[in-house]
This record gives sequence, structure tokens and C-alpha cells, in this order.
Amino acid sequence: MSDTTEDIEIELLLEALFQRYHYDFRNYARASIKRRLAQALTQLGFTTLSALQDRVLHDPKMLPRLLDFLTVQVSEMFRDPSYFKALREKVLPHLSTYPSLRVWIAGCSTGEEVYSLAILFKEEGLYDRTIFYATDINPDALAAAEAGVYAVDRVRKFTENHQRSGGKSSLSDHYTAAYGRAVFDSSLRNRVVFSDHSLVTDAVFAEMHLISCRNVMIYFDRPLQDRAIGLFRESLARKGFLGLGSKESLRFSTHAPAFADFVPEDKIYQRREP
Amino acid sequence: MTGEPRKVVVVGASAGAVQALLTILPALPARFALPVLVVVHIPPDRDNMLVPLLQSKCRITVKEAEDKEPIEDGVVYFAPSDYHMLVETNQSLALSTDEAVNFSRPSIDVLFESAADAFGAEVVGVILTGANHDGAAGLRKIHAAGGMAIVQDRAEAYATAMPDAALRACPAARTMTIDAITTYLTSLGAA
Ligand SMILES: C[S@@+](CC[C@H](N)C(=O)[O-])C[C@H]1O[C@@H](n2cnc3c(N)ncnc32)[C@H](O)[C@@H]1O
Repeated sequence: MSDTTEDIEIELLLEALFQRYHYDFRNYARASIKRRLAQALTQLGFTTLSALQDRVLHDPKMLPRLLDFLTVQVSEMFRDPSYFKALREKVLPHLSTYPSLRVWIAGCSTGEEVYSLAILFKEEGLYDRTIFYATDINPDALAAAEAGVYAVDRVRKFTENHQRSGGKSSLSDHYTAAYGRAVFDSSLRNRVVFSDHSLVTDAVFAEMHLISCRNVMIYFDRPLQDRAIGLFRESLARKGFLGLGSKESLRFSTHAPAFADFVPEDKIYQRREP
Repeated sequence: MTGEPRKVVVVGASAGAVQALLTILPALPARFALPVLVVVHIPPDRDNMLVPLLQSKCRITVKEAEDKEPIEDGVVYFAPSDYHMLVETNQSLALSTDEAVNFSRPSIDVLFESAADAFGAEVVGVILTGANHDGAAGLRKIHAAGGMAIVQDRAEAYATAMPDAALRACPAARTMTIDAITTYLTSLGAA
């Protein structure tokens, strides 16, 4: 089938975003991008993507608003509790043999995964020797992550997940509730570096013992997934660990041979000896 | 959008889905010539028992869809619970954790609309029993793209809200009983 006008407009808009602002969505899974651009059109009040493109090219203030549609900020604390349980029971015992640790949370969104890992590391006595790098491309999401404030009605689910992940403390030990919001303790982020980093356009920045990148690569096409996995491969220390989202895997990656299955049912891999 | 025109069947169901699918899918021959993509609403915690159940009853291959998986003829793909299933091109699927649509993830609308985008007029969309409105907008889009829209006859549907909503959104859809749907799909996929 030939491309529709809408397909052409999507192509041009993504190219414009890349050339003008260096945000590169050109190789993201297109069906989902298309849905979200359709939402952006109605909610931002444009009739065509060409009109939206015109605006965003000439008005940088439009960029963050568009980014909120192009990136998906859906997250929760201890999402997929069995993943965090597997980290707790199977990965952290290995990590505890190192005197200092570096952990990278790639695509950290609004921070739920960051606070989950910080609490987990605290409970297991590893927090004080760890530096966490929490990265994302969405500046608003990063700011929210750094603030660590969540609507209190979400906390019930967070608490339930935390318990199911084998949590040793009570989640309420880690936040104070006020005015309908749960404010997470700053002692959970005093060892976290939040920064802007793209798995598509940026390079590796430090050697890591654990990388958690969940529900980010699912938005990429296969070649882009492979680029990101290449970064993780390069960044991981010998025998370092990589955790992915529950529907993500290394199975189709050219880098697969560099990793061993560690906890296959929770998509946790270990870097092989080079 | 890539490749030769090829046909696809997309199915959406909610309350009462298991019975309906247990009638349709086991009737399809092992060498069914089309891919079948299915979204069923299941509570996220009650994990997909449906796939193993249908695997044991069907001659055609039944599996849970994987991200960026190629779409093959003669395979039934189910959206995993808590993920949307989208048609990426007429050759491959994608999963996503985008927000729920119509309070549903997976959502039938998300599957149907992306199928209409990728397969154009080559889509056969089927709305079965269900107690909500998901799928109605998707079915309308399939029909608008020149595809075939089918709605289960409300007289025999376990829950009628979904067939009713689909017919309201897409009055040109054909109403069929489960048996008629089964016969129609079987003849469509006779290689
Ligand atoms: C669905 S959220 C995942 C949040 C969290 N990891 C989880 O699993 O709950 C996806 C995140 O990936 C971010 N993202 C998208 N493209 C990215 C890229 N190229 N590099 C880094 N992060 C990206 C988005 O901004 C968004 O915050």
C-alpha cells in the first residue's frame, strides 16, 4: 500500500524534530507514535500534522508539550513485583560482594522505578555504597522523578506491589502524606544522579553493575532496540546485570551472545565474560 | 506500510469471550490461510489462562503475541494481559504499555485501528460478546478503510453492550451468529 498523507506528515514531523531539536523518534515503533500524534492533534488543537510541525519548528515552547505525547509516561512503583523479588533474592546477593556499585535506570520516567530500586537497596543494606544514574529524554518526567511526589491514590497499588516484591519495610516508612500527595523521602535520592540521556542518540557514560531498562525499548523498532542493547553491553561491568520489561527480550538481538539468561522469567540477564 | 496485500482477521471480545472463542477457534483448520489477532479483556492479575486452554483445543497454532513479532498466516495471536497489541506494518506486531483506552489494556480499538492503518481494505473485523464499548470506534475505522465489519448477533451474545455499541458506531456491519461467523471465517481461510 502506498503511504497516506498522514504517513508522509508523520515522517516529515519526526524529521523536523530531529533536525531542529535533535530528538530522534524516526525509528520508534510507528503504530504507537501514530496513535499518540493523533491524540496530540486533537488535544493541542491542530487540524493537521503539518500545522503542528510548522508551530513546533518556530516555537520551542511547543516542544515539551509535544514530547509529552511522543513519550509514554506510564509507570508504577515495583511494577511487576516478581522482577523486584528476583533482583532482591538473586541479583543483590551477587552485587553485595562489591565495595561500591553503580546502577543505571534508563528511561526512568517520573521516577517510580528509581524509588523502588532505592528502597530495595536500602532494605538489603546496599544503598549507601551505590550511585544510581536515572536517565530519560523527557525533561518534565525527569523533574517529576527528582521531586518524588505522587498522588496518594496511587500509593495503595505501590504498597501492594512492594509487599509482593518481598518488601522488608513498610512503604509508608519512606514517604510522608500531605494534601493528597505522597512525598518520598529525600534520603532515597541523595545518591541518585538524574540526567538527560537518550538511548537513541547518546553514548555510554560509566561502567555499571546493574542496568534496569524497562518498557522503553518496546517503543523502538528492532534496529533501534539493538543499538540500545549495544550500549548496555558496552556499559556493563564483567558479570554485570541487565533487567528488561516483562515483554522485552534479547532474543532477537545481535548482542544476545554477549549475555547469559540469569532469571529468564523476569527478563534478567548477565553479561558474559568478554 | 510494506509488502503485498494480505488479509488479516481481527477479533475483539470481553464478557463471555471464552465460550465464544471456544466455538470459533477450534473449528478453524490447521492450515488456515490467514493470521488471526485477538484482544480479550482479562483482569491483569488473572494471567492468560485462555491461551493454554485454546492451544489444547485448537488445530490452528495459538500463541501470546511478542513484541515486534512477524505476523504469520495460520497463527492466532492473543494480546498479553496488561499490554496493547498493535499492528505495526502488515508484516509485524508491536506491544505497548500506553495508557488504557476505554478503561482497557489491551484495547480492541487500539488493535482494530492499527490493523486498518496497516492492512487497509484487507481487514476482517469481528466484535463478539462484551459488556463495554471497546472496539466500536475500531470497527467503524475498519469499515471506513474498506474492510469487512462483523458483529455477533445480540440475540445469542452473552453480553450485548459491545455488539450494540459496535453496530451503533458502524451500522453497515453485518450481524452474524457465532456459527455463521465460524463458517464465514473457515471459508475465507480455506487455502
Ligand atoms: C513507559 S515509560 C517506562 C518507565 C519505567 N521504566 C517503567 O517500566 O515503569 C518509558 C520511558 O522511556 C522514556 N524514553 C523514550 N525514549 C527514550 C530514549 N530514547 N532514551 C531514554 N529514555 C527514553 C520515556 O520518556 C518514558 O519516560
